[in-house]
Amino acid sequence: MATLHTVNKSPFQTQTLLSCLSHVQAGDSVLMIEDGVYGAMGSTTLADAVAGLGGQVNLFVLGEDLAARGIDAGRVADGITKIDMDGFVDMVASTDRTQSWL
Amino acid sequence: MSEDVKKFLYVNRKAPYGTIYAQESLEVVLIGAAFDQDVEMAFLDDGVFQLTKNQDTKGVGLKNFSPTFRALGDYEVTKLYVEQESLDERGLTLDDLQDIQYEDEDDDWAEKPSIRVVSRAEMGKIMANQDVVLSF
Repeated sequence: MATLHTVNKSPFQTQTLLSCLSHVQAGDSVLMIEDGVYGAMGSTTLADAVAGLGGQVNLFVLGEDLAARGIDAGRVADGITKIDMDGFVDMVASTDRTQSWL
Repeated sequence: MSEDVKKFLYVNRKAPYGTIYAQESLEVVLIGAAFDQDVEMAFLDDGVFQLTKNQDTKGVGLKNFSPTFRALGDYEVTKLYVEQESLDERGLTLDDLQDIQYEDEDDDWAEKPSIRVVSRAEMGKIMANQDVVLSF
């Protein structure tokens, strides 16, 4: 029974991403969307914290939201998978529940 | 112009697209500039993300307003202060930002960069040197 968690807030502005990553269960997936995509960037002051807390789960980031913000896919940290809108829909359909961290 | 001209600073601390703040700020800046006020902009915290180059919003159904920053020079908005520490925290450098220029009427219309990277301490002093500070 896995959960898909979505996070749509910048980790530099709120604790939402770190709180989400502190509550998820092994085998869950976390998808960063909207301003949440900034949490997927490597080489930021928060990248180590995200990688550390996210070690037990599958980390994803939405490509369309990265592109909107001018964040090149090459800036995404290792261990985080970029997906597109269709992939997002597939994940929602194939997971037991979706939890939005607002 | 007279002493009626006030110094306005628009402080931008939000990322683009996730909220409407960034786009609203830009609209108000253009309105303020049309009233011949002395307008400057500051970008700190997540506000520095507003200036990234290569923004492409086709996939999310939102208007890409980032090219508007390059038009600010035509409205005599020629000082865009960007905080160095905010860039550093986000793994960004000046090279990740749009090349925004203005034509300097006092220097034979030479094209000059509008973005001025300043330290956090300098940003505090810039804020303290205004008549009006508007926050977004």
